[in-house]
Amino acid sequence: MGKTFTRPEALKDQHTHYCPGCTHGVIHRLVAEVIDELGIRGRTVGIAPVGCAVLAYNYFNVDFQEAAHGRAPAMATGIKRVRPDLMVFTYQGDGDLASIGMGEIIHAANRGEKFTTIFVNNAVYGMTGGQMAPTTMPDQRTTTSPFGRDVQDVGMPVKMAELLAALQTPAYITRQSVIKPKYINRAKKAIHKAFSYQMEGRCFSFVEVVSTCPTNWGMTPLDAIEWTENTLLSYYQLGDYKTPEPREEA
Amino acid sequence: MGKVLMKGNEAIGEAAIRAGCLNYFAYPITPQSEVAEYLARRMPEVGGVFLQGESEVAVGYMIFGAAGCGARVFTTSSSPGISLMSEALSYITCAQCPAVFVNIMRGGPGLGGILPSQGDYFQATKGGGHGDYRLLVMAPASVQEAVEMVMAAFPLAEKYRNPVMILGDGLIGQMMEPVAFPEDLLSEPANKDDWATTGIGNRSGDTPNVVKSLFLDPVQLNNHNLLLKAKYDRMRRDEVRYEAYNMDGDYRVLIVSYGTMSRVCRTAIDSLKEEGLEVAMIRPQTLFPFPEKAIREAAGKEGCRLAVSIEMSMGQMVEDVERSIQGRCPVEWYGKCGGEVPTPEEIVDVVRSMLQK
Amino acid sequence: MQSEVMFAGFGGQGILLSAKILAYTAMEAGYEVVWIPSYGPEMRGGTAYCMVIMGDRPIGSPIVKNPLHLVAMNRPSLEKFAPVVKPGGVVLINSSLIPIRSGRDDVDEIAIPVNEIAIEAGSVRSANIVALAAFVARSGILPVDDLRESVKKEFARKAKLIPLNMDAIDRGVQAAEAG
Repeated sequence: MGKTFTRPEALKDQHTHYCPGCTHGVIHRLVAEVIDELGIRGRTVGIAPVGCAVLAYNYFNVDFQEAAHGRAPAMATGIKRVRPDLMVFTYQGDGDLASIGMGEIIHAANRGEKFTTIFVNNAVYGMTGGQMAPTTMPDQRTTTSPFGRDVQDVGMPVKMAELLAALQTPAYITRQSVIKPKYINRAKKAIHKAFSYQMEGRCFSFVEVVSTCPTNWGMTPLDAIEWTENTLLSYYQLGDYKTPEPREEA
Repeated sequence: MGKVLMKGNEAIGEAAIRAGCLNYFAYPITPQSEVAEYLARRMPEVGGVFLQGESEVAVGYMIFGAAGCGARVFTTSSSPGISLMSEALSYITCAQCPAVFVNIMRGGPGLGGILPSQGDYFQATKGGGHGDYRLLVMAPASVQEAVEMVMAAFPLAEKYRNPVMILGDGLIGQMMEPVAFPEDLLSEPANKDDWATTGIGNRSGDTPNVVKSLFLDPVQLNNHNLLLKAKYDRMRRDEVRYEAYNMDGDYRVLIVSYGTMSRVCRTAIDSLKEEGLEVAMIRPQTLFPFPEKAIREAAGKEGCRLAVSIEMSMGQMVEDVERSIQGRCPVEWYGKCGGEVPTPEEIVDVVRSMLQK
Repeated sequence: MQSEVMFAGFGGQGILLSAKILAYTAMEAGYEVVWIPSYGPEMRGGTAYCMVIMGDRPIGSPIVKNPLHLVAMNRPSLEKFAPVVKPGGVVLINSSLIPIRSGRDDVDEIAIPVNEIAIEAGSVRSANIVALAAFVARSGILPVDDLRESVKKEFARKAKLIPLNMDAIDRGVQAAEAG
């Protein structure tokens, strides 16, 4: 009988602390597989955010730095500028990236920093216990929007991929999901592409991954998947929002 | 070694390069923007990195990132900008990364003013951000000393794996003086393979390095803080630097003053000497660690009736002076902030009237 | 022995540059020297002033209430600083722009139409060099030939301006001798 499960070299043998039905584990694995496939584990540095993934370095078997809330793109900039040979990725949630770290991500993208951002969007603050995020859906209840997000009061959810794609600097900007196998396969390809662009020194690359948070949504994992597909994906539409111009042949 | 006439800010930029630091991230703010302007031209000439960040907040983390992956790196700013970088300073210090921060102080609080001040003494010496940490703080009194301190700062930061701050005032940045760049202060960056994120494949072994500041376990966090404290105790033991002025003979007053302010005091001490009043001065060159023992001994000398902390702030360093002297003689404070630098004549009057009290 | 020279005028009159050239000349002659600008909002169109302190011992206070000399390029500068100049110092007045005098009888006052002389030399922009040369000649603070060398070095990258500035120095010196 053949092997049915192998662990990517870029992941450690570790029990997860993520909740049942959370998609962080899947996304970690996809990133690790891509690192293995590209053979870059020896020169990869990840940046952990503040949020549920702050302990990402407990899972990834690569060098890691831990940022303050929202500052991962600035740290990645610092590393990439002084060590362009390193492959650098930030792994950030929606509170981290789209709220407190909005300035850092926009400017890093606009400078065309040659690193990769994996942006995990589950429409809520996870680690702090389910507060409203900039990505929280209209009328969605959270601990700080107990009557549902009132868009008259706090505005509409922020679409990060679209926002970043509006910048004039060339970049790879895409939105994916991992709630079902068909989405996972596409997400994997996108992450592969994002790291490849970085390897070629082409552009900033950004993969938004629409994800679940059954715990803070107060749903079962299955309901969470259904809600994601029906509600989140109709607002956060999947696909490539920007790709760099094809390279001219020498 | 030939001397060149240079503005403090430009000399600070050049000093970093001459010390072997080729990585600089910064955000413009008066009165130190000339450092960035200088390095924007100079770094490309030496194959270094220059980047103007989008804010001091971001710059703080660019420094953290670069220091965390093992590079020699520094930034410069002025008071309000240092406040914004103080978050990163707390993280960098906890994660034990070496880096150099230069603060060319201006008047505060708030937006304050752009003229010279020493109002950031507490912020610099007591750890301006959250948590228990210290920076090694050096305070230059001339452009030449600023150059030497910047050059010395990099190996010190690496020795302790802790940020070093150069605390100058607006005049140090703005004035020109002849400077030389001592070649013996060029240093090789330390090998950081045992902790920095240099890439697993770029060093021996196969264990990832993690640069972090999160310790959820209370015992671990306490132990980590004890480890940091041990470093600060080592600094207190080994890194105290100060200059004594007019201390060979007897004196009735001891002045403690640093930076530009100490130069004004030096001139005042010379005038008082001509009038027959002997006044001595200790000029701390390191503000953390503070020259406690030297000040205590100087204040305890027979005939010394009074110690005065003279600073361009509203009574900050005087707390450390009092703490050092431990009641051996009365301690007074004199200072101004907001940009007006007290004149030597003013200091002469102040010392005389304090003695008459 | 320490000398302090206050250069003062409008922003744009080359105040900082002439002070820098004097500081450089002093350094090359082996003196200790400090150049202290006023900075900030004054830079933008208002009054610009800059102090050069030179001496044979390390310079103590960079803050000096009573400079020994004053080079006043406009009226507000003269009004502000003439009263604080030390007795015996040189007060150089740019009479092209300043209709008044210092009102001091204990200083060496000299009024020179600096702008007109600079225009004769070929450009009003050399007014700061005319004034600097006149001041150096009158005060004897440093040899005029040293000043010439410093100006050549300062303009090394804009060599075509050197003859103009040499002419400005000559005319400044002449004016000082005639005054």
